[in-house]
Amino acid sequence: MSNERTRHENEQELQTLLKREFPPLHNAELQRDLWPQMLRRLDAQPEPLRVPWFDWALAAAVAATLLLFPSVIPALLYQL
Amino acid sequence: MELLERFAAGDLEAFEDLFRQHQKEVYRWTLRIVRDTGIAEDLTVETFWRIFRARERFDPDAGNFRAWARRIATNAALDHLRHARKETELSEDHPAPSSGDSAVRGELRGHLRRAFLELPAKYRLVATLALIEDEPYNEIAEAAGISVALVKVRVFRAVRLLRKKLSSFGLEAAAK
Repeated sequence: MSNERTRHENEQELQTLLKREFPPLHNAELQRDLWPQMLRRLDAQPEPLRVPWFDWALAAAVAATLLLFPSVIPALLYQL
Repeated sequence: MELLERFAAGDLEAFEDLFRQHQKEVYRWTLRIVRDTGIAEDLTVETFWRIFRARERFDPDAGNFRAWARRIATNAALDHLRHARKETELSEDHPAPSSGDSAVRGELRGHLRRAFLELPAKYRLVATLALIEDEPYNEIAEAAGISVALVKVRVFRAVRLLRKKLSSFGLEAAAK
């Protein structure tokens, strides 16, 4: 019990020292509107193109077919 | 259509409305973690960028936008703490008030500052919010996406690490 209390007191002492070194920032306020910065970010980094899972599956199926049956490649090219 | 539904559907005007409603709160929360106004501004924009990209995962019916934004802000701040260099952190923006410290006191403060900066990011996050900012454990847990019990464990470990480091500097008084 005494150890627990000592530990709690030591924690409080450490907390007091931390608060002295790093004063709490409860009242800090944003000084400007960040929307223009947000817009620049949106313009500079357009969202990555999202490919639907079905397209990936289709591409994988085509690749697998070409690997398993390479003889279809000339026929395919001829059709193109 | 409600604002959150329009946002989830990708409406930029709805996103702007949400940005303007929540930017101050996201900034305040982030600043309390990173303690640098410039970095907090950048991370606020980063947070909303992540929010915009993740809009399809947000459920307007079930979701609480404020809590969701705070969690994303916490993750962005944690990423920053993990990657930023020690020298640039915990800020010259908000220096401790100077007082007529004795040499020993000044040395203790320097070592405490260094020890705190050397804490692993996940411990520093909870230690900053719990010990410096007096944020309730349940709020920290919700923002960090962990349990209250884990917050307590991390605070305890952060205190133990700080004590250990201060002991290694020979500063027994604060490290007991």
